[in-house]
Amino acid sequence: MSNSPVTHTDHTAAPHSLESLVSDWSTDQEVFKKVQWGKAMMWIFLLSDTFIFSCFLTAYMTVRASTVVAWPNPSEVFALTLFGESIPLILIAIMTFVLISSSGTMAMAVNFAYRRNRKATGLLMLATAALGAMFVGMQAFEWTKLIQEGVRPWGNPWGAPQFGASFFMITGFHGFHVTCGVIYLTTIAIRVLNGVYERNGKYEVVEIAGLYWHFVDLVWVFIFAFFYLW
Amino acid sequence: MDKAASAMQLDDDPDANAGQQHPIGVYLKVWGYLFILSAFSYMVDYFGFEGLLRWSLIIIFMLLKAGLIVSVFMHMVWERLSLIYAILVPPLCLAVLVGLMALESDYTFWTRIVFAGNETPLIEGH
Repeated sequence: MSNSPVTHTDHTAAPHSLESLVSDWSTDQEVFKKVQWGKAMMWIFLLSDTFIFSCFLTAYMTVRASTVVAWPNPSEVFALTLFGESIPLILIAIMTFVLISSSGTMAMAVNFAYRRNRKATGLLMLATAALGAMFVGMQAFEWTKLIQEGVRPWGNPWGAPQFGASFFMITGFHGFHVTCGVIYLTTIAIRVLNGVYERNGKYEVVEIAGLYWHFVDLVWVFIFAFFYLW
Repeated sequence: MDKAASAMQLDDDPDANAGQQHPIGVYLKVWGYLFILSAFSYMVDYFGFEGLLRWSLIIIFMLLKAGLIVSVFMHMVWERLSLIYAILVPPLCLAVLVGLMALESDYTFWTRIVFAGNETPLIEGH
């Protein structure tokens, strides 16, 4: 009868005030007020993923800092010869720009989703997925090239044997995330274009997919800095 | 029933759904910044900066990019403080892990130098 939620009394506190923090966390039922359930859960998942990737990067830091053999120079290892000139790290730079572009198109898709623009949302998501697929393709090329040059998880021609293990583990796990993201985004894009969310009004699904995709880009920022540039 | 009612209330709440609707210009601007910052980080490698300069530039550009992505693309600046803290505070534990492993790897490195000596194949490449 009178079980209307008492938990909603504190909506008055400004969302960025410490008062809202305390009242949100001290209520019985829902901590994340005005946040859709799926979105809160995606954030929690991304938090756990942050820990996984951080463990990989920390492991990489540990082996790199403790080896007494010179670490292979990524600038040379990932150089490509284009137009008769060897350009350092060029493939990785292109991959970085592709992934950032995809993050931009995804942000646009989320924006159009909240404007209830079905077609623009769906097409921008498909564009994002296509850029993601392009990224995975370039990564496959990079792996092939390195394997042909003799890089293995237990050794490589240029120096510290831990290089291969770190490389395959970190970029492999990231590439796996991108691949999953491409499938995820394509699925949601098709549902958007079919008008599923127009009917049930749950356009936040697009924002949640966007969170995942931006996270994949975010992880790449750290991999790019620590693995390729360091 | 109670749950459904409150969920509906949430859906009808105008700023529950419209809460993350922001002008496109903000996204385009951030997108542009991300391109510029990525170009800068690539330049660090291209021009071959070394030592402290290299590391600080890499870290600065990395943190700026990460901040822009999380705050604007992932809408973190517009979320409630309870969510922001729930997501951004736990990763601070990782700083402890990194610190511990940095100490540990330093110890391993010097142990290898001291005990492996010069005649092991480990450092033959030098």
